[in-house]
Amino acid sequence: MKEKPFTIKHVLDIASLSPDQITYILDTAESFKEISTRSIKKVPTLRGKTVINLFFEPSTRTRASFEIAAKRLSADTLSISASTSSVVKGETLIDTARNLEAMQPDVIVLRHSLSGAPHLLSRHVRASVINAGDGAHEHPTQALLDLLTVREKKGKIKGLKLAIMGDITHSRVAHSNILGFTKMGANVVVSGPATMIPPYIEKLGAKVTLSIKEAVQGADVIMALRIQLERQNKLSFPSIREYATYFGLNTQHLALAASDAIVMHPGPINRGVEISPELADGPHSVILDQVTNGVAVRMALLYLLLGSETRMSHGDTKKDENNPPSPPFSKGGNPLSPPLEKGDTGGFSGKSQ
Amino acid sequence: MNLYLKGARIVDPSNLTGEAPVLKTNVPCDIYICNGEIASIAPQGKESIPADAKVIDLAGKIVTPGLIDMHTHLREPGEEYKETIATGCLAAVSGGFTAIACMPNTKPVNDNKSITEYILQKAQEAGLATVYPIGAISKGLQGETLAEFGDMRSAGIVAVTDDGRPVMNGELMRRALEYARNFDLPVISHCEDLTLCSGGVMNEGAVSTQLGLPGIPAVAEEVMIFREIKLAALTGGSVHIAHVSARGSVDLIRQAKASGINVTAETAPHYFSLTEEAVTGYDTNAKMNPPLRTAEDVAAIIEGLKDGTIDAIASDHAPHSILEKDVEFNMASNGIVGLETALPLTLKLVHAGHLSLSEAVAKLSINPARILRLEIPSIQIGQKADLAIIDPDRKFIVDVQKFQSISKNSPFHGWELKGKAVMTIINGRIVFDDLD
Repeated sequence: MKEKPFTIKHVLDIASLSPDQITYILDTAESFKEISTRSIKKVPTLRGKTVINLFFEPSTRTRASFEIAAKRLSADTLSISASTSSVVKGETLIDTARNLEAMQPDVIVLRHSLSGAPHLLSRHVRASVINAGDGAHEHPTQALLDLLTVREKKGKIKGLKLAIMGDITHSRVAHSNILGFTKMGANVVVSGPATMIPPYIEKLGAKVTLSIKEAVQGADVIMALRIQLERQNKLSFPSIREYATYFGLNTQHLALAASDAIVMHPGPINRGVEISPELADGPHSVILDQVTNGVAVRMALLYLLLGSETRMSHGDTKKDENNPPSPPFSKGGNPLSPPLEKGDTGGFSGKSQ
Repeated sequence: MNLYLKGARIVDPSNLTGEAPVLKTNVPCDIYICNGEIASIAPQGKESIPADAKVIDLAGKIVTPGLIDMHTHLREPGEEYKETIATGCLAAVSGGFTAIACMPNTKPVNDNKSITEYILQKAQEAGLATVYPIGAISKGLQGETLAEFGDMRSAGIVAVTDDGRPVMNGELMRRALEYARNFDLPVISHCEDLTLCSGGVMNEGAVSTQLGLPGIPAVAEEVMIFREIKLAALTGGSVHIAHVSARGSVDLIRQAKASGINVTAETAPHYFSLTEEAVTGYDTNAKMNPPLRTAEDVAAIIEGLKDGTIDAIASDHAPHSILEKDVEFNMASNGIVGLETALPLTLKLVHAGHLSLSEAVAKLSINPARILRLEIPSIQIGQKADLAIIDPDRKFIVDVQKFQSISKNSPFHGWELKGKAVMTIINGRIVFDDLD
């Protein structure tokens, strides 16, 4: 039996990805970026595949990003906004999933307000499940696009200092990024109000400091987090005004960071609250690059989850010896046409074999 | 039919004082059960076997007083799809229990004598384990006004509690402790300061952070235990702390006992068998309240069992169907079934050398009886023959599909355990038989 180079069935969290797998995803994503710069931004790779975006929470960026990623690969997409209240009314997540399953989707992208919902879903469907954010647990595709952005801007991840600032407790972005950046060799520091720093966060690999200045001192990457007002129980901080005064990031903080530091934010931004407009829109900000890279990372994941079937159906019988996997395409190469430089991984080009 | 139990070793913690010298020895005994009572006890082979008796060879087995589970949830009335009184009793006897005390959180709540009477009637119809209903502290478990302790006591309750719905109003708990004294009722407290765990679904700690699940800190249990201890001291009432799960709780109870306060405590097998790690993967069968804690807490619970701080082991049998369990972790109901695994998991402590067999049996029978003011079960001539027969060495794999309970929500499915009840006798009648 042919060994698949990327054998992950679901993308549920960063916690279960190895550094090699992360690198492989980032390399693949990098090679996919070029497609989005073409005048005709579409390749036939996933023609005939169906991707369902099942969103139980409001989302603009992530949902649009997944939808565009799937469409650029020629997959059929369907986005469903289900309010969690409909679950309360009767239909359970599993029933919803089984109904969708009956329509033979290949991938279900799930966003849900409850941690572990994608894990539950993955136990009940044959399709691949991608976690597009679950409760306060993880947001793995966000971490991957953040990793890609940092690698692109800094040329590396290992050894960098990343400061994640703000509401760590409720932030699935923070959790995935702590895990992801730590796995890739960065040093992660978190800071914010003590009411928003969860117990034992150090066990995920982050250092904790209550001093904002100490956190950003010499940082290569500063990541601000949105205060999630919808998840607060009103006891975490006294007022938005006080939060902005004592925990909002501004240019003074940037001055303490490394001179070439970059500023990130997963969006949506509360301007003037967790980050000042000068910082968000300033020359160090890479916030919109994050969004651009989001499409590439999601294209890569869809391709890696579904593309291997395509490859196999195109008659590649050569044993792939890349284990752990190596990037399918040389950096900057075209992922889809023409084929690869490395002959022994030729199966990746799929269509052309 | 009369029974002749041949060659079993008797472990009877009620008899440690040595009133019946023969029981102090480790020699196998023969027990003759006639008309539901123990008619004779003698060293093996010393007496002739009565002609009317069915002989049961119990070589290598242990006979103990019937086990008593002081914390069971039967779902009748109201949620019979999870468990009925009859199936709960069947699960009980399959686990070696001859009596169970059932919690009042049925639908409707057992907060008045008609519900108490209904439960007792159903239990009698089932004709298996003895059922001791526990009444509510407050009407409807609403935490506002006292339920009718007197009426319910007359009807047959053995304790009061708002289990699962902690009494947040300190004065109500004070009055309950006072008023319960008139009826010699222990007040059982599920200790949880709800304001400290709003929305929590598992222990607050490393695993909750990793899984992104809202946590319940151990202090939520500890501060309420402190309140109950102080109220017990103030009122002279008897407070019993249900399902102790945290290290700090054990410390508080130990100190209270040392200063002479009338407090007793139980834990459940999962609190000395599992840690919060069991939740990894969002396994809803590891969701219970109080939540599974850390390895340090487990060690403290075992220490508390050893030194007597924790008097009893109770199953906290909480049946739920897949409707409540095969859902998102936050939305899953708390609790696991436990009647059919409580004894084997307790025997694990015996095999590990933490408890003697006698201590284990005491925590599963004598001590619960004492706390609930029941007649102390004992293996003596003239006593009612309610007995558990245990094979301490029988290995088996836990298989939820073989449970007698309607519900299958157990985190112990697939565990290999050593030691189990192989026969249960109530009133001289064999109600469960798994002898090999």
